Amino acid sequence: MPKPSEQKTIVQELEKQIAELKLQEGSVAQEEITRLQEQVDLLQRSATAEDKDAWTRVLLARHPQRPYTLDYIQMLFTEFTELHGDRRFGDDGAIVGGFARFNGHPVMVVGHQKGRDTKQKLHRNFGMPNPEGYRKAFRLMQLAAKFNLPIITLVDTPGAYPGIGAEERGQAEAIAFNLKEIPKLRVPIVPIIHGEGGSGGALAISVGDRVLMLENAVYSVIAPESCSSILWRDWEHKEDAARILKLTAEDLLGFKIIDEIVPEPPEGAHADPQATAAAMRTALERCLAELEAISCDERLRRRNERLRALGTLVHES
Amino acid sequence: MAWFRKEKKPLESPTAEKRAQTEGLWIKCESCKRILWKKDLEQNLLCCPKCNFHFKMTSEARLAMLFDDGKYTEHDAGMSSPDPLKFVDRKSYRDRLTAAQIVTGAKDAVRVGEGKIDGKSLIACAMEFRFIGGSMGAVVGEKITRAIDRCIEKELPLVVVSCSGGARMMEGIISLMQLSKISAALARFDEVRKPYISVMTNPTTGGTTASFAMLGDLNIAEPGALIGFAGPRVIEQTIRQKLPEGFQTAEFLLQHGMLDAIVPRVDLKTYLSKTLDFMGAWNASKPRK
Ligand SMILES: [Zn+2]
Repeated sequence: MPKPSEQKTIVQELEKQIAELKLQEGSVAQEEITRLQEQVDLLQRSATAEDKDAWTRVLLARHPQRPYTLDYIQMLFTEFTELHGDRRFGDDGAIVGGFARFNGHPVMVVGHQKGRDTKQKLHRNFGMPNPEGYRKAFRLMQLAAKFNLPIITLVDTPGAYPGIGAEERGQAEAIAFNLKEIPKLRVPIVPIIHGEGGSGGALAISVGDRVLMLENAVYSVIAPESCSSILWRDWEHKEDAARILKLTAEDLLGFKIIDEIVPEPPEGAHADPQATAAAMRTALERCLAELEAISCDERLRRRNERLRALGTLVHES
Repeated sequence: MAWFRKEKKPLESPTAEKRAQTEGLWIKCESCKRILWKKDLEQNLLCCPKCNFHFKMTSEARLAMLFDDGKYTEHDAGMSSPDPLKFVDRKSYRDRLTAAQIVTGAKDAVRVGEGKIDGKSLIACAMEFRFIGGSMGAVVGEKITRAIDRCIEKELPLVVVSCSGGARMMEGIISLMQLSKISAALARFDEVRKPYISVMTNPTTGGTTASFAMLGDLNIAEPGALIGFAGPRVIEQTIRQKLPEGFQTAEFLLQHGMLDAIVPRVDLKTYLSKTLDFMGAWNASKPRK
């Protein structure tokens, strides 16, 4: 945990943001207020490493001091050169991407981006992409495939944005298209789920050869709060929902949906971002080396085998 | 922040009241509110004879209307969910499954048939809305993926008729992975160059739309169908505004360039047969240049 003085500063910052967001319209802002309030509660309860039930993980994954995609890009890569736009409609602030060097080698990096202060949060749409975000992501991945650059994706989103414009511009089509077309790209792809893996909005850039996940990241078909409101008709059962949804890294490794858990410092990634990035670097180096050691055809064969086997938990009679 | 957030009961089977209505001789049209003879309705492919409202079809009736003489071989009919998460909320998922199995006589929410359309072979999948809102868990994902694998192996065209609220919450992340699995299988299907037509019916939302339903060589829909990524209530609550009239209907999607055509049910079989033929569904396969 941060020192008591730092903690007080964080709580003050959160309370300031809560006040600012109260002036915003719409329930996205309202939900962010609820989320921030939960974080204030978490900080005041001083949740520690020993107490990591599913709900604590959800709170850690959403921790306001947790490193975001651009923070990891800064720590893992050099010469990050951001590229913008989907060449169709616009440039979505909730998705960032561009060229970078990993240990000197050129790569393409793409990820969700959340905002730290209120202004940034609005600019990044709370990390919830519109269709143009997913189309930008794919455009950059295709560019990478053309020039034989490995692709690394950094996943951290509450979900794809549910809005009128998003529907008009084909949110579902944008996600579906990525799910079908990413598997065809002939370069190594390593997605890293480092914060919130929010359903289809996360999945749309999480298809790859080897999927990594940070220890306290979560990945779920639905947010625990929403699950609670559907099944119990209130938000009070979000902790139960978090537990039964099986959204932790350990759960996902057990289901073979992810391939490796990247360890975090005992208090969580926010306590020591450099150490977290170092662990990420080690895992990424190994994965990329393994993937580049095999032929492209073999890599695609294994990728397809992996995708074909996903979540095949059925009984037959 | 998934698509069915805060929806009221999107995954429940029809209410007792609605079932009672359909069990009688009369049925009230959901759209024009007229009272209709059930027999008239059935003879009209479950479209209101007065206003042409398209009622939901069971997966059985759907496959029967698509295949010649209503005949087909069903695949993987015995596949069921082992409840991979051991999911228990106020009710257990096991009990929900059992209840849905009793209501529908099916093991899960999709029926896969292989048969003929105008004398020519194809595989068709029809989703079953009465089974937990046509939601997609591992069984739906695996059955559709196997249908695609069969189409690849036998070089057959594929039709999927969607009627689904999206991913099945009670299978959590396992259900989300089905989007990826099916979409990747469709990517492999591209290589044999046989057509896939996606037919969206009322309703097609969430993970179903965000995967195979939007990935057809042709994407078509029945008139008036609700089609979208997020459910209308979710969007309304997010933006705190009333949604425009006709938002997320098939007609809205056509206008926004998301559909190839809206095809009334009465014309569906002819349309499929004709367009599959245009795409060379039954031509002898030629080596790729
Ligand atoms: Zn009517």
